[in-house]
Amino acid sequence: MKLIETLINGLSMGSTYAMIALGYTMVYGIAKMLNFAHGDIIMVGGYMIFVTMSATGNPILGLLAAVVFCVILGVAIEKVAYKPLRGASPLAVLITAIGVSYLLQSTAQIIFGTASKMVQVADLGNWNIAGLTIPIYTLVTLGCSMVIMTVLTLFVKYTKTGRAMIAVSEDKGAAQLMGINVNKIIMITFAIGSALAAFAGFFMLMKSPSLTNTLGAMPGIKAFTAAVIGGIGSIPGAMLGGILMGVVEAISLTIPAVAPYTDAIEFIILIIILLVRPTGILGKKRREKV
Amino acid sequence: MAGLKNIKWKKYVSYVVLAAATVILAVLSFAGALKSSDIYLLEKVAISIMLAVSLSMVVGFLGELSLGHAGFMCIGAYLGGKTAVLLEPVLGEFPTLFVALILGGIIAAVFGIVIGLPALRLRGDYLAIVTLAFGEIVRSVFMNSSDESFGGSLGLDTPRFDKEYLFIIALVLVLGCLVVTQNLIHSKHGRAITSIRDNEIAAKATGINVTKYKLIVFCVSSFFAGVAGVLYSYSNYTVQSANFDYNYSIEILVMVVLGGMGSINGSIIAAALITFLDVKLQTILTGNLAVLQDLFYALILILLVIYNNAPALRGFREKYNISKLFARFKKHNPATVKDDEAKWDRVPTKIKMDEVLSVDVQVTSPYTPDKSPKEEK
Repeated sequence: MKLIETLINGLSMGSTYAMIALGYTMVYGIAKMLNFAHGDIIMVGGYMIFVTMSATGNPILGLLAAVVFCVILGVAIEKVAYKPLRGASPLAVLITAIGVSYLLQSTAQIIFGTASKMVQVADLGNWNIAGLTIPIYTLVTLGCSMVIMTVLTLFVKYTKTGRAMIAVSEDKGAAQLMGINVNKIIMITFAIGSALAAFAGFFMLMKSPSLTNTLGAMPGIKAFTAAVIGGIGSIPGAMLGGILMGVVEAISLTIPAVAPYTDAIEFIILIIILLVRPTGILGKKRREKV
Repeated sequence: MAGLKNIKWKKYVSYVVLAAATVILAVLSFAGALKSSDIYLLEKVAISIMLAVSLSMVVGFLGELSLGHAGFMCIGAYLGGKTAVLLEPVLGEFPTLFVALILGGIIAAVFGIVIGLPALRLRGDYLAIVTLAFGEIVRSVFMNSSDESFGGSLGLDTPRFDKEYLFIIALVLVLGCLVVTQNLIHSKHGRAITSIRDNEIAAKATGINVTKYKLIVFCVSSFFAGVAGVLYSYSNYTVQSANFDYNYSIEILVMVVLGGMGSINGSIIAAALITFLDVKLQTILTGNLAVLQDLFYALILILLVIYNNAPALRGFREKYNISKLFARFKKHNPATVKDDEAKWDRVPTKIKMDEVLSVDVQVTSPYTPDKSPKEEK
């Protein structure tokens, strides 16, 4: 019984991670950069929900506002900070991304202060069935993220824009020659990733209502780890990695002996998987050319 | 005088400046002119310089991004602190410090090799995430250790080295660190390391043992991070794992980037400057204003990286770089430029004059050695 509860909890946590990991992995696949600031977009989304909810009290409106704001912010960051560096060394782009992450965190702190804000998104209560006590929010999270991920997969597979994304991730130069506007595709990717981050922020606030300027930091790093475990650049890989991460976390949190070491266990799994398969579980191996 | 000109002054200027600073500060402190807050600041500056120089080896010279440098420092700090607690009653102050420095450095270096091993299979972004994970693992293990072993979440109480001259020891250690890194970088091995940075496959093809050099760099870099950690534990009363988080690794990285990738002198200046500003601004900016400092760092980091790396700004950079601006102020007198006075009779050569003269020269087709195609037109 306890095991099933843990698994459902893990799946819900994992689907949140998967949503964040999708943002990392899509941006990596298309722009070939690690967007370190992605975790902080979640935090910005959280604050947007807070602001809208304290004005209107409607969580759905809050979510919408967060999605819109995060999309604008994500695209703006891409235009200002990452676009000038296209073609520069990956290290330079990575360091800029770290800088953007810091910038977002400190800006949020200046505006909202260090004290954590309480955002009671919705109290959905528990669902008691057959001796199980399942918090409803886990089911909502799980359901919503499954729908979002399915839509995303269909979008990438069957629409023109989605196929253009695949083409850009395979070969940027060739895609450009085929008439694909690479800059536009990269912009759309950042927009989708940021929208997913806003959703993830909403789910995280449903789970625990306290909001600080480092809300996105640790989940960001973990989702990033999940994306790398699944094989960065691969969309099913990010989902798999995210779910795996969430389940491992939920299981290890229920065992008292290893619970304090949960973070360490997740990172050790990352190191082991990378040592066995350097490109992650579903990652493609690229041959390097001189 | 000719000998002096040939010395690469850039290599030695850091030694001279640091040694002079150490001597002056030592004299000042024995004369009692330094406040205890100044001494604390100097200790922090020395620790930061050591961290920045050691990270600069990995990031600036080997070209791999390490986001777990604070993890190595954390190992050094905890082990150094624990050694101090255990051995100080037995050995006394100085031998304990010595043992702690060696032990902290070596254990950190061992972990450096352990982290260097995945570095052989992974590169770039993947390695960055592994080092980040390593830092978090180290922190989490120390955070959850039992109270008797490493103090757990409360941190480990360490006996602060109560002598005021800890900063002199720290500065001397920084000099030692500089000697090792500069000599490594300016040697044959250093050139091999930078060639791995520039093109790993090409380096491999020219017969450079990439495995060996990557491990050497990780080992040396983490050794000095460990030593810096030991100094940290001696400089503070407690060692708390929460201080060695990912943000601290980033702060060290900011120092390296600010100083200029692949420039040790730059790292030293940036580390000293940032630490100085950190400590000074802490007293000025309090409460929510303190975050302005982070904002400032973030902006500097972004602007600097974009300015230095953006392909669109290449022309601008070449036109207005600092060394060219300075070159304008230098007097350039063509009359003073002399030809290289080579003495050809002293140049050793394997060709004997007799052999050259004995070649049959045909009169009908005069041999013109340096006839370029342009002249034929």
